Amino acid sequence: MTDTTSAQLTDHLQGPQFFGSASGRIITIVFMAVLLLVPVAAHFLGVRLQLVSLDFITRILCLAIAAVSLNLILGFGGMISFGHAAFIGIGAYSVGISAYHGYGSAWLHFPLAIFASAVFALITGAISLRTKGVYFIMITMAFAQMAYYFFLSLEEYGGDDGLTIYSRSVFDIFDIENKLVLFLLTYACLVGSIYTVYRIVNSRFGMVVRGCHSNETRMKALGYNTYVYKLTAYVIAGGMCGLAGALLGNFTTFISPDMMNWSRSGELMFMVILGGAGSLFGPVFGAVTFVFIEELLSSFTTYWALPFGVLLVLSVLFIKGGLNGLIQRGWKHD
Amino acid sequence: MTEAMLDIRGLRKSFGGVIATDGVTLGVDAGELHAIIGPNGAGKTTLIAQLSGDLTPDAGHVVFDGKDITTLPPHRRSHFGMARSFQITSVFMGLSVIDNVALAVQAHDGHSFRFWKPATTEVQLRKPALEVLEKVGLASRAGSIASALSHGERRQLEIAMALATNPRFLLLDEPMAGMGVEESAAMVDILRSLKGEKTILLVEHDMDAVFALADRISVLVYGRVIATGKPDAIRGNADVRSAYLGET
Repeated sequence: MTDTTSAQLTDHLQGPQFFGSASGRIITIVFMAVLLLVPVAAHFLGVRLQLVSLDFITRILCLAIAAVSLNLILGFGGMISFGHAAFIGIGAYSVGISAYHGYGSAWLHFPLAIFASAVFALITGAISLRTKGVYFIMITMAFAQMAYYFFLSLEEYGGDDGLTIYSRSVFDIFDIENKLVLFLLTYACLVGSIYTVYRIVNSRFGMVVRGCHSNETRMKALGYNTYVYKLTAYVIAGGMCGLAGALLGNFTTFISPDMMNWSRSGELMFMVILGGAGSLFGPVFGAVTFVFIEELLSSFTTYWALPFGVLLVLSVLFIKGGLNGLIQRGWKHD
Repeated sequence: MTEAMLDIRGLRKSFGGVIATDGVTLGVDAGELHAIIGPNGAGKTTLIAQLSGDLTPDAGHVVFDGKDITTLPPHRRSHFGMARSFQITSVFMGLSVIDNVALAVQAHDGHSFRFWKPATTEVQLRKPALEVLEKVGLASRAGSIASALSHGERRQLEIAMALATNPRFLLLDEPMAGMGVEESAAMVDILRSLKGEKTILLVEHDMDAVFALADRISVLVYGRVIATGKPDAIRGNADVRSAYLGET
């Protein structure tokens, strides 16, 4: 009996796989490599195509980090937050306001962006997570709009005209005024974010968060104080999105309350769902696809939002598990 | 009177004008398997919800092991050694069978603010989980996704998750619900193996199972306990017969 148990036990001690199933692994790795190498090659070869430029891809990477952080709570935790763009704005304004007052160090900017976003997440999450379903969606959106109007009313920092950042965060060891360096930093942050989410969702804490998504009543009956775990996940996601905001602020060197408008939160949700909620790389697939299609359609017509909307609706209706679902299935239907 | 493990005193709960629990007083002694039966609408579900903490009674007390737990939220009750199963199967459908049980083990293995180490490689969680699965006869399905299980297997998993929290007291809400004859028989065997080891409060519709397993039976009708006693005494009780015959 004991022997069979230990033999069986080893069968059930498999660790998680970073790149997903065997069929999806190669595509995922190639995709991430292309995302790194193509813009770098285009930069050195002097290719002038917007779609492969460092600038264009850096912006996508910032949004991808935000989507990855949203996926932690939306995809894995089942918390449908409609106010995630607020954290981008708070992260960006942490950089902008510090720079405005003459504090230029990245070692201030980035920790401050993450900390401020996490605190905002803690306060709003503590209230929002007392509600469920549609109420949670609405209350997270309401808090984000409060943040939006708060920054809109800050005359000192430009109000709705926005705030220009005259010099990017100063790292002592490298210079992100160089756009290749900024791109590489952003890419590293994206990979770091994905890896962090990967470790979290497979840890004890992550299993609890996923359990809350699947069946919160049962989690409570098992003895988990689900509220505290969900709030912790919410704070982690908020902090991670603050990082995305700090990078985005550095990239655009111009920030405005528009970054945290509710429509931005909606776009982030769409990236996550399009790419595959609850999958590790899904949000990256989603962010890249979203911004590419947006860019392509807007170059054909000023009314790009209409066909874009139709495409998004169709993709959500007909692609089960998002783009990641397609990739992991190896393009086969199941 | 000996100290009961679970002591329900004068419990009362009404919804609007409907009195669902009408002064229920009941003691479950340590080590016994106590069954609650009653016709549909007798208030069994409402009673269970008050014992598990999902509903707060209007009046009365629930005392567990000498502690008043009347207003304690469900997750705190679990840490006093109380576990429950659900009438409607309530497992984590997207997770594997062993993950389901390991999550139950984890709930009682310290806090879960551990963010980095993969939980699926922890012998400390997987070994007890597999042992519980073996106990309920589900070890061969450990690697399957819970949603791929048959109804009967899910009911077994339901019990396994309750057991994995290592409780002293089990609150079982119709474990045989929706089961075929063979599945029911397997469940009766599982429950019989738990007798004596755990104190069990069993709410069940399946009369054959109840009379085969219970040490004592309480009959709930219109929110009141009309009789409590050994199976033979309940079988011969005139009030019980009329309540059941009158209903069905």
